[in-house]
Amino acid sequence: MDHNEWKDLFVFMEQTDRQIADVSFELLGKGKELAKELDCHVTAVLPGFKLEPLCRQLAEYGADRVIAIDDQDLNVYMTEPYTHVLSEVIRKYKPEIVLYGATAIGRDLAPRVSARVHTGLTADCTSLEIEPDSGLLLMTRPAFGGNIMATIVCADHRPQMATVRPGVMTKLRYENHPCVVEPFTVSDIKGHINLEIVDIVKKTGKKINIQDANILISGGRGMKDEEGFKLLNQLADQLGATVSASRAAVEAGLADKEQQVGQTGKTVRPNLYIACGISGAIQHLAGMEDAEVIVAINSDPSAPIFEAADYGLVGDVKKIVPALTDYLMKL
Amino acid sequence: MNFELSNEQIMARGLFEQFAEKEVKPLAQEVDEQERFPKETVEKMNKTGFFGIPIPKEYGGQGCDVLTYIMCVEELSKACATTGVIVGAHTSLACDPIMKFGTEAQKQKYLTPMTSGSKLGAFALTEPNAGTDASGQQTKAILDGDNYIINGSKIFITNGGEADIYIIFAMTDKSKGTRGISAFIVEKGWAGFTIGKKELKMGIRGSATTELIFENCRVPKENLLGKEGKGFSIAMQTLDGGRISIAAQALGIAEGAFAEAVKYVKERKQFNRPLSAFQNTQFSLAELKTKIEAARYLVYHAACKKEAKQAFSMEAAMAKLFAAETAMEVTTKCVQLLGGYGYTRDYPVERMMRDAKITELYEGTSEVQKMVIGSAVLK
Amino acid sequence: MKIVVCIKQVPDTNEVKLDQKTGTLIREGVPSIINPDDKAGLEAALWLKDQYDAEVTVITMGPPQAETALREALAMGADHAVLLTDRRFGGADTWATSKTLASAIKKLEFDLIITGRQAIDGDTAQVGPQIAEHLGIPHISYAEELDLEADFVVVKRQFEDRCHILKARQPCLITALSELCEPRYMTPGGIFTAWKTKITVLNRDDLDVEDSNIGLKGSPTRVKKSFTKAVKGAGVIVNLDPSESAVWLTERLKEKFII
Repeated sequence: MDHNEWKDLFVFMEQTDRQIADVSFELLGKGKELAKELDCHVTAVLPGFKLEPLCRQLAEYGADRVIAIDDQDLNVYMTEPYTHVLSEVIRKYKPEIVLYGATAIGRDLAPRVSARVHTGLTADCTSLEIEPDSGLLLMTRPAFGGNIMATIVCADHRPQMATVRPGVMTKLRYENHPCVVEPFTVSDIKGHINLEIVDIVKKTGKKINIQDANILISGGRGMKDEEGFKLLNQLADQLGATVSASRAAVEAGLADKEQQVGQTGKTVRPNLYIACGISGAIQHLAGMEDAEVIVAINSDPSAPIFEAADYGLVGDVKKIVPALTDYLMKL
Repeated sequence: MNFELSNEQIMARGLFEQFAEKEVKPLAQEVDEQERFPKETVEKMNKTGFFGIPIPKEYGGQGCDVLTYIMCVEELSKACATTGVIVGAHTSLACDPIMKFGTEAQKQKYLTPMTSGSKLGAFALTEPNAGTDASGQQTKAILDGDNYIINGSKIFITNGGEADIYIIFAMTDKSKGTRGISAFIVEKGWAGFTIGKKELKMGIRGSATTELIFENCRVPKENLLGKEGKGFSIAMQTLDGGRISIAAQALGIAEGAFAEAVKYVKERKQFNRPLSAFQNTQFSLAELKTKIEAARYLVYHAACKKEAKQAFSMEAAMAKLFAAETAMEVTTKCVQLLGGYGYTRDYPVERMMRDAKITELYEGTSEVQKMVIGSAVLK
Repeated sequence: MKIVVCIKQVPDTNEVKLDQKTGTLIREGVPSIINPDDKAGLEAALWLKDQYDAEVTVITMGPPQAETALREALAMGADHAVLLTDRRFGGADTWATSKTLASAIKKLEFDLIITGRQAIDGDTAQVGPQIAEHLGIPHISYAEELDLEADFVVVKRQFEDRCHILKARQPCLITALSELCEPRYMTPGGIFTAWKTKITVLNRDDLDVEDSNIGLKGSPTRVKKSFTKAVKGAGVIVNLDPSESAVWLTERLKEKFII
């Protein structure tokens, strides 16, 4: 394979209901950085239907070019038509790198494409860099349940492809960024439809078991009252988290027994446990000490919870929690 | 002498551990506090084949060996002694005698529903005046045409009221003493058979322990288990096997308490150190661990002898005697290690201590076990 | 109806801990389990077997000890088991793994293939769709619900904020989420039967596949390096005013990719 034939960095633009996914914009931003080092251009690949308004957005986020495949049969995502389109684009344009968001669409489409064009694919990357001598894409990602990080290379096959975790890369914004829109026709998309979409069902709010949550915001006696717990709910909304509680809070009627963490409640192992106004008695620790990252917020610097915490904030929890919520909202 | 478990037994133990952790442990405290028979767990255990582990497949059982069954009782009891004895009493005391002494017709009629149809079994020998001296049976069974008519009462019957199938012992010929006792299979709901008072107990509080009352209860003569006059022998042989399951329950209780204590002493700090750093803690744990392992091998050995169809009466008695005493000692010491916290219901060790006591009493008190062992030694 | 289920034996990565002194992973004593998504897929196949009288074959590619995972699947109720094992399969990335599995599956009859969405060690979620591509059949990933309708499979396919109800003609491949169903327990009798069942063992020479597509040599991607995350030291405690605390904490959590 003559690697010199393969040039440019392509980003798959994921869109649903004519809204481009945030992660796709993030990848344009990252793509711009990488393209600088590789001295090449960033192309957005946009399959879909009635794409004109979307194409205009892409220049704002740094695309040098948009390859637009506008077809009624691409209106709603389906694996095979999209795989066919991406494969045709790759075969025609020979990009050096193709990036996808690691979403429910990206992690379905990219593997099928990689198998069709016989190239390597790295999943759920949290970091992308160019190796100085070789110019190879270094793709770093968590593995082993998140216990280790691995850096992957795709030395001999092209394009080098990766799905990238949403929320990690940064969007860049431009004014008057030059961008060329190239319509691309792929033949017989209809013939590639091998599934029927019987129905589309939007999701409504679901009751989450605290043991299933990735992030828990936990309230103790220090939250004092319902007002205090409302603050926790707001923070939880901001983080996509679930609210749990210590036994003291449950007994004070501030939370349900279902939310209780501890020796006589549930044992939880979230990625992040934020203990708010919880002193950290041994019965409570027994229920959460295996959390990946523990944050403690308490006004008493000698509270035992600080011994178990990775990060401790000493102060008035009823002031710190809303400050955190506000700061996150602004990001 | 092979001390290794087979691949099947290792995998089976994994199954029992997983089930106990997920289904049994979360309910243990509630079952104890509410004195509630865990019906939902019984249903799940039934679906998973826990109610006929050593019974052959042709009668709906799982067709496994005695040791695999014993490990099931052990693992369940680690999490909840109540749940362990539900399986133990049903299997050893009700299914086993039908398997050993029943006619083909009785096995077809009763075993399959008991192993895979969610009909629970119970064993009723004890009476108000016949405990350790089981020979003093006052319940009477008189043959009248095609039926026996049973009158009398039984007490302290495990699974009482919850079970559908009861192995009942009654005097058919008083003049013959113990050789005048016979065994019967009686179904719940038959006219003249009622469930009496439910005992309020120190431990295994979720286990249904009740009185049974027989008032002119007609039992078809096809339901005589074994021959007339063989009842006492059937009871004694059945209890021999049952002893192994109680020994397994005791072993499980001890292991459960021990695990809690080990976890606690690693976490709890006093005098700036975890309790586990103190030598007296380490020495206590060492002593308890040694006794638990000794109990284990007595229990497993008795199970293997029963599986090999060798005489196992003495081994079963030694296993129960030692495992029960060990359970009492270990659980008491574990409460001690947890200190004040151990005395509260926040931690399960106080329940385990209360649960352990029964293993020194039922299916033959420790004194009875010593009688059995002494008599075997002096033969 | 014939269903093939791909399973993987994985270390229970939830139980893996970091050695605080060396910063490396402690792998000994970590139990091996059937990958949770795969187990849900297996349960779905067994449910289909109960409903529609299907025949279920489980297949795994792994070292010889992966046999235990197959025994567990048989004990749950699978009918047949195939073990693909060969040193030459080692070091495979998802391309080579999917090529190897596809070439073995080609030797079996199937109306439906079920894989788990993602393994908890590799975490790629790529093998299922790639197997489908190599076999030239449609696939539906992220299956939350599954049922049959005549010659079709009907799947509730999960996206972030919605679900698609999709219908595909058999043969096809489904990747299962662990939410698909709650796996049943083995039974004690099932365990004893499972260890008596003959497992088909296939090595490289039994498969019709090119050397250039298997093992390390057949892998387009390679691990350049791997490293553990920083050892958990003593916690850091700060005493700042609320808005400073908020900024400080957010930065720390972003560093760890928690938010």
